Amino acid sequence: MKSYRLKHLQELESEAVFVIREVAAQFERPVMLFSGGKDSIVMSHLARKAFHPAPIPFPLMHIDTGHNFPETLSYRDRWVASLGARLIVRTVQDSINQGRVAEERGPNASRNALQTVTLLDALSEFQFDAAMGGARRDEEKARAKERFFSHRDEFGQWDPKNQRPEIWRLFNGRKRPGEHMRVFPISNWTEMDVWQYVLRENIEMPTLYFTHRRLCVERQGVLLAHSEHLAPRPGEEPREIEVRFRTIGDMTCTGATVSHASALEEIIQEVAASRVTERGGRADDKRSEAAMEDRKREGYF
Amino acid sequence: MPARGYLDMELLRFITSGSVDDGKSTLIGRLLYDSKSIFDDQYEAIRLSSERRGDEQVNLALLTDGLRAEREQGITIDVAYRYFATPRRKFIIADTPGHIQYTRNMVTGASTANLSIILIDARNGVAEQTCRHAFIASLLQIPHVVVCVNKMDLVDYSESVFDEIRACFEDFAAKLDVSDFHYIPISALNGDNVVDRSRRMDWYQGPTLMYLLNNIHISSDQNRIDARFPVQYVIRPQSRQYPDYRGYAGRVAGGVFRPGDHIVVLPSGMTSRIKSIDTFEGPLEEAFPPMSVTLTLEDDIDIGRGDMIVRENNRPEMSQEITMMVCWMNDRPLETGRKYWLKHTTRDARCVVREVHYKVDVNTLHRNETDKTLGRNDIGKITLHASTPLAFDKYSRNRETGSLILIDDATNETVAAGMIA
Repeated sequence: MKSYRLKHLQELESEAVFVIREVAAQFERPVMLFSGGKDSIVMSHLARKAFHPAPIPFPLMHIDTGHNFPETLSYRDRWVASLGARLIVRTVQDSINQGRVAEERGPNASRNALQTVTLLDALSEFQFDAAMGGARRDEEKARAKERFFSHRDEFGQWDPKNQRPEIWRLFNGRKRPGEHMRVFPISNWTEMDVWQYVLRENIEMPTLYFTHRRLCVERQGVLLAHSEHLAPRPGEEPREIEVRFRTIGDMTCTGATVSHASALEEIIQEVAASRVTERGGRADDKRSEAAMEDRKREGYF
Repeated sequence: MPARGYLDMELLRFITSGSVDDGKSTLIGRLLYDSKSIFDDQYEAIRLSSERRGDEQVNLALLTDGLRAEREQGITIDVAYRYFATPRRKFIIADTPGHIQYTRNMVTGASTANLSIILIDARNGVAEQTCRHAFIASLLQIPHVVVCVNKMDLVDYSESVFDEIRACFEDFAAKLDVSDFHYIPISALNGDNVVDRSRRMDWYQGPTLMYLLNNIHISSDQNRIDARFPVQYVIRPQSRQYPDYRGYAGRVAGGVFRPGDHIVVLPSGMTSRIKSIDTFEGPLEEAFPPMSVTLTLEDDIDIGRGDMIVRENNRPEMSQEITMMVCWMNDRPLETGRKYWLKHTTRDARCVVREVHYKVDVNTLHRNETDKTLGRNDIGKITLHASTPLAFDKYSRNRETGSLILIDDATNETVAAGMIA
């Protein structure tokens, strides 16, 4: 007998497409956040599939810290063009210039947390009422409790103790004027699912995810890319090593892993064998036990 | 395993019911740990936390505590989702806390689950909360229930204790609407019958929990008979390449659709035939739940979000008067006569609750027809009147077309989950 059963990637894809279509149907001015990382690449690929043969009916928005890898920006422009989507870019540098935020100082300075202000300003500038993000519940423990549709008050804040129950797939997008929703279509995907899907869909990925030689500095057990944005400390000697990135974020806080994986199949093998979570290399999460939760409450991605 | 092997897995969603005292966190920790889903940095983080708290050993329960308030107060606030995989299946666990807001959280977790694990402490036997867990699993129509009698190590791995608990549970379960029950004696702490077969319970010949999770037959869980397609979004490119394309996007909620099928659109009653089932990769020969696809029809008829496409010779019920079981989820109790928003499939409507028939005591299943107040975490049977006819099936026949939520129009909060009777 024929089996009417989807494989797990098909089921996750169908769920994400359903959520993305729900956003387009329920909101007047949705936007999809795009960081240039694998999760937002997969999410925007799903958006293209969701509305085919029509174009994606909302813009993509990149909050640029100014500390991105150059590869990320060139990939971003090519990828968005291939999707036929509209791209909005807002920069942390502009927020600094306008006096909205002050640059962090010191050797661990990062613009990661400053993005929140730029993001909230951009949401209000365009009056976006729903912002889709590529966050996944398996990434981090505060995210394990996040809904698909996550309500934010007029200050963009998340109240984890007072979340709406989310039952079946009946997503309640109702809100007051001035409030907005964050929506996470790939909530149920794991890092492994994302890579398997990239392989299945044959999606071209940024070269940063594959092994390459790079000058790195080791700081508190994390390998950081040596760049003009990273102030070296005494005793830190940049070394050239074969690395790849498991997540792509701000250059100042995204750690590299020593790796020789040059093809998708090898990355999947590596993820399967890995004993450290992908955010294990993120200095921004290590600031405190509740670092992610605190940033999310403020309105972070 | 070759990388391509991962493309061939099935997805199983399950919920774990029980309080911390039943060893729920330990069981989840055990499943994650023995399936190698806990990473070194996660383990290191909870080892340090355990040390700080002065725990004697590494406290696996900390793996499932997410938020600051939870760690500080030693409580669990809300439903958390956990993930692990075996070569055969990927698993999504809805981990719901046992004490506060129990009913609301369990209903939320149960709504999308294929399977429910109910934990019973072998020393205590079937408790009031065991009955509550089983009742909610039945109310939400979770197809498979696995009763794990835990802490067998504390009752000397006794077969008679297990048999007694099983008999007692079966007695209660006879009143419920679940057909597939399994019983496993385990010790989550020592790992007996969780992933590896216990050497201390030779009298038990059944599968381990992990074997069951990997092999339980789930492909018949969805309705493959009644073709149902709630229209979610209308796709109209109006481009040079597709000037007249008009596709109806949605997720199949029941049955199987094929090109050429005679269909009717509800509530309008207009008829047509399916011209194509479109996806980004190209047209399909058939579509079944839970696929997200786009249908095109032979005729140009007026269809929008909230309409339902069904096969002409197999129609759902259509009515404005709908009777259902509800689980109330808000501090403000249900008010008869008050207007609420209603969300059913992709349709929004207004509604008024006409009548509360009874409230169910979730511990005894007793129907209370005198006190009909439905407050937070209460379950009861109601009839409501919708502003527009809804096309629905009974929840027991179709979990998609038989479910709805109510929304408070003042606060926009989701206040109730409804299962149509």
